[in-house]
Amino acid sequence: MTLTDTLLFASGSLRGARTRTLLMMLAMAIGVAAVVVLTALGEGARRYVIGEFSSLGTNLVIVLPGRSETSGISPGMLVGQIPRELVLDDAQALLRSNAIRRLAPLSVGSAQASNGARNREVMVLGSTAQLLAIRHMEMGEGQFLPDTDARLASSVCVLGAKIRRELFANEAAVGGWVKLGDRRFRVSGVLKEQGESMGFNTDELVIIPVASAHQLFNTQALLRILIEAKGRDEILRARSEAESILLARHSGERDVTVITQDAILATFDRILRALTLAVGGIAAISLAVAGILIMNVMLIAIAQRTQEIGLLKAIGAPPAQIRKLFFAEAALLSLVSSLAGWALGEIGSFVIGRAYPTLPIGAPWWAVLAALATALGTGILFSVMPARRAAKLDPVLALARR
Amino acid sequence: MIRLEHVKRSFTVGDQPVAALRDISLHIAAGEYVSIMGPSGSGKSTLLNMIGLLDRPDAGLYLLAGQDVSQLNEEQQAQVRRDKIGFVFQFFHLVPRLTAAMNIELPLILAGVDPQERKQRVDELLASYGLTNRADHRPEQLSGGQRQRVAIARATIMRPAVLLADEPTGNLDRATGREVMALLEGLTEQGVTLILVTHDHEIGDRAQRQLVMVDGQLASDTRQP
Repeated sequence: MTLTDTLLFASGSLRGARTRTLLMMLAMAIGVAAVVVLTALGEGARRYVIGEFSSLGTNLVIVLPGRSETSGISPGMLVGQIPRELVLDDAQALLRSNAIRRLAPLSVGSAQASNGARNREVMVLGSTAQLLAIRHMEMGEGQFLPDTDARLASSVCVLGAKIRRELFANEAAVGGWVKLGDRRFRVSGVLKEQGESMGFNTDELVIIPVASAHQLFNTQALLRILIEAKGRDEILRARSEAESILLARHSGERDVTVITQDAILATFDRILRALTLAVGGIAAISLAVAGILIMNVMLIAIAQRTQEIGLLKAIGAPPAQIRKLFFAEAALLSLVSSLAGWALGEIGSFVIGRAYPTLPIGAPWWAVLAALATALGTGILFSVMPARRAAKLDPVLALARR
Repeated sequence: MIRLEHVKRSFTVGDQPVAALRDISLHIAAGEYVSIMGPSGSGKSTLLNMIGLLDRPDAGLYLLAGQDVSQLNEEQQAQVRRDKIGFVFQFFHLVPRLTAAMNIELPLILAGVDPQERKQRVDELLASYGLTNRADHRPEQLSGGQRQRVAIARATIMRPAVLLADEPTGNLDRATGREVMALLEGLTEQGVTLILVTHDHEIGDRAQRQLVMVDGQLASDTRQP
């Protein structure tokens, strides 16, 4: 019997039992579609987070105060010392490294902002002129902070787009005055509207010079220092030089943490990939269930087709041929249903993508391949037993039954 | 053509062994027309299955056209069935989802015959059995007589030397049964060895040679001295 005839015969018997075939296809297609949709969601989440993180800046190195380590108790803790603060002079000192292109100190607090009768609570970010370039922010109108000595506490501010609307409504904002706490700041510019990124909404931010922020909040401490390395190859050097400069400045104590954006990205990438794999794996279980269903239904089909199998044997089909016929049936069924499931999954992903346009949803090729392979694999694997049983049928008994 | 020597076959029913064939020795020459009769449970169907290689003897020898076929493996036996033996059953055993033409074509498909030759041979056979206008009908759309003619066409498409028929008229009315018998007897005139199991004497008596089985043994044989 040729391969073409085997396939034709198998597809004929599948078409002969339409309801049964459709039900099996449905089970398998749902399994494949589940894998495709769930991994598409996971992959979408991964791409979203990576994209958001990348938009924060390029070649970033971030300095945080304190040491996130669990290697033991530092001697300072025993005498009740808290880690040394990160101060503006630390930031200035980092500029000695030639791996660093520019940096922006960050200090954060919240204050009451008002313009006449309109007022609201805002998040105030103290930084320098470099922040604009490092964070890839864009101006909507006016100028960003002036590029002066970071220690100069000038009374200018930059508003986020939403703050500008709420405090100024239709009035001209640039050149106007905003009161933050008990100090007055002249508005030098307004940021372009850019929405939320990483839970940090620049539209609801007021940016002032870092020295002014220190005065406003009565502190010397910096929350972070954002460093932009000269290039991708310089990231690691920028990081190690930042560490050694700060180590020297902090009398030999490692009390800061220096992380690179790449490392964070890689971590997120790993976590979210693992998540995608996990949900994909859970969905793949449904494929195994579909495989068992196929086995069940095939066993029933063999019971129903006992006579046909007996007849095929009587007219000269050897056991191997009978097995091949049932294999072909399972393979065809799995192939068609996994392709249908794939299409279903892609449609589902497309619909979800339409519903949540910010999510760059799309099943990764490896997940699609794995889903198709698993479906085909389980389909064929679970047909081994029924096929063997069919091939072993005693033709005399098979034909005797009416 | 067919030679059985001391063939024995027993089945286990419950925990009791029941002998279906007790020491059968039989010789059937090529082109003979033989009927096997006997009461239910006399072993006549088992004998037919044995000759058709659907069953294996527990002991004894079976030579088909000079070849010892009882020692062949399943694969080889299937090939012998395909090439040398045709079966006609009481309940037709047509594949319900296939058309008459496709049912007839089945042995050719299994044998891997080229599609063009298949079609030609099926068409010829349909024409000679008067089934041309029924070629695309499925078994459920055919009358009993037509179904059995399709089954006979399927059994003869490989041009087997031996045709085995188990109660071929058992499910047909008398008139149709006679038509079917005429068809089968026509085949013996072309040199086919026809072995027929029946318990209808009117049909069994038409054969050139009649065997009667009782309790797993040959009780009478019109050719034996």
